[in-house]
Amino acid sequence: MGEILQFLLSGLTSGAIYALIALGFTIIYNATEVINFAQGEFVMLGAMFMATFCAHGLPIPLAFTLAVALTALAGILVERLTIYPARNASPITLIIITIGLSILIKGLAMFMWGKNPLPVPSFIGEKPLRIGGATVVPQSILILAMAVIAVWAMEIFFQKTLTGKAMRACAANRLAARLLGIRVEPLVLLSFALSAALSALAGVIISPITFATYDMGTMLGLKGFSAAVLGGLTSSTGSVLGGFILGILESLAAGYLSSAYKDAAAFIILVLMLLLKPEGLFGKKEIKKL
Amino acid sequence: MKRWLFVLLMAFFLVTSSSIWAAKPYKIGALFSITGPTSFIGEPERNTLVMLVDEINKAGGINGHPVEVVIYDTEGEETNAVKKVTKLIVQDKVLAIIGPSRTGTTLAVIPFVERYKVPLISCAAGIKIVEPVKAWVFKTAQSDRLAVKKIYAYCQAQGLKKIAIITVSNGFGQSGREQLKALAKDYGIEIVADELFGPKDVDMTPQLTRIRAKNPDAVICWGTNPGPAIVAKNMRQLGMKQQLFMSHGVASKRFIKLAGEAAEGIILPAGKILVAAQLPDTDPQKKLLLSYIERYKARYGEEPSAFGGHAYDAFLLLKHAFQKAGADRAKIREALENAKGIVGIHGVFNMSPTDHNGLDEKTAFVLVRIKDGDWQLIK
Repeated sequence: MGEILQFLLSGLTSGAIYALIALGFTIIYNATEVINFAQGEFVMLGAMFMATFCAHGLPIPLAFTLAVALTALAGILVERLTIYPARNASPITLIIITIGLSILIKGLAMFMWGKNPLPVPSFIGEKPLRIGGATVVPQSILILAMAVIAVWAMEIFFQKTLTGKAMRACAANRLAARLLGIRVEPLVLLSFALSAALSALAGVIISPITFATYDMGTMLGLKGFSAAVLGGLTSSTGSVLGGFILGILESLAAGYLSSAYKDAAAFIILVLMLLLKPEGLFGKKEIKKL
Repeated sequence: MKRWLFVLLMAFFLVTSSSIWAAKPYKIGALFSITGPTSFIGEPERNTLVMLVDEINKAGGINGHPVEVVIYDTEGEETNAVKKVTKLIVQDKVLAIIGPSRTGTTLAVIPFVERYKVPLISCAAGIKIVEPVKAWVFKTAQSDRLAVKKIYAYCQAQGLKKIAIITVSNGFGQSGREQLKALAKDYGIEIVADELFGPKDVDMTPQLTRIRAKNPDAVICWGTNPGPAIVAKNMRQLGMKQQLFMSHGVASKRFIKLAGEAAEGIILPAGKILVAAQLPDTDPQKKLLLSYIERYKARYGEEPSAFGGHAYDAFLLLKHAFQKAGADRAKIREALENAKGIVGIHGVFNMSPTDHNGLDEKTAFVLVRIKDGDWQLIK
């Protein structure tokens, strides 16, 4: 019994991270129809900034805020410098641009921070807690809590605020939204900032557990993408659930099948989903011309 | 006026180039990954070799011959290594080659040195370099097998019989895994769990939970940063009290920094250079180790790494071969193959026609325990 609880807890922790990244994918996809393959690099930037600030002795809350804010700024820069100038190009061109960006950001990070993993201190101690027959580090609980709060805050933003509603309108039908007098460009910019901030949050809260490495973003980005596809790229609830499902499946696969198949689980799901139900578990059933 | 100057210059060159040294220099080549992703291996190797060649020339050379070294950068790439090795053999006509730094680049250049019959002393660790034995190929870096033997011998002495292994799914981890599985029987050890993790995995608790269920006496983790640090932390989290062993792949202060508290008590095999000052005075390598550290620090302003030691040992072997054989490639090869009792940085080398690495686990590795954030030699 303790065993399955341990797997579930471990899955929930990675799942929370995947959920935040998947949500980042969804936000940008809804605003621009672009799958931002540089999403994972925002996670890495968050973790790297965090490691740097902590190494300089900044208090954790301040380092945390700065790391997320700086990455959001990086998101804004990315949109202004690469997506905005090419805004009239087709989504596929923009997607290719984001792949290039991902390589560029990773390369720059390697030069700035080097190739070795950087340590980040734990936020709230490392004394493990016992839950049932399972043990969990306090940081894992923090990750879960933060992820839930972030997702809930995003939900409020999208449902209750005018800007959030405008973004949803824009996602539903860009042309109609424009006709109703919604300016699309600032919303695209905002979506990049939000998405980068969410991913940075994921990177910051996971960094005490995984450390910060210049190439950590690629794998996390791909997992987040799988989670987003699983949940349906257009649905934010879906992508969050997709993240948790993926994390738990991975952990169960590692626990009950073999740890060699852990990563395979994520990508088998991705391929199966794209083949059998491309709109995802919760996505809009809609035929898109590609 | 200009013409006079020119003549003067020519005369100057003629005088200086013609023999301060009467004897023809021994010309050796070296291939290191001085730049690129594995520059952390190649750079200290280059620095060490340059330092040694300078020192030996100042002391009068070998047999009265100065040593000349041609060093090329492979950037850690196979294609580049192949290009440079051909250049060393055909154009520079070197007598022997030190390097390359990586197992991959070494395997790539082996067909060339075998064809042209040039002795090569690799600084890489992969066991495939010398197994099966190739006539012209030697290596100085310790094989994984020796590290495994060192750990297993300790387990046997401590009565640890049921071992769980958890290895990273890359070349380093899987090579270690093979050796761990192959050698277990020789030491009366049973492997009760065999788990893997990806190089970028963030949480190893599922694997460790499986291991915990098997209730092993000890856990051995084989990987390079950052995975092993996560394994150490996760074991603490799960409240696992078993002795944790790591590979020499994490024998650096960086690992202690990453794993923090969780690093305490971990035992791992490491080259003696890590704990040179703690070695007993009777250790035959101690004097050489301390002197290397001091000379390297004086010249480059930083501590030498274990990698530089591999180049040091290659040069010692080559120096021994030159003293015996002179400038003849076939005789150098023979002298290398029969080199016995060469005290180096990473062990005492006893080469033989069946062993072109020449190290055993007794001198090549020591076991260290991490205590108070530092290495403590286990005697």
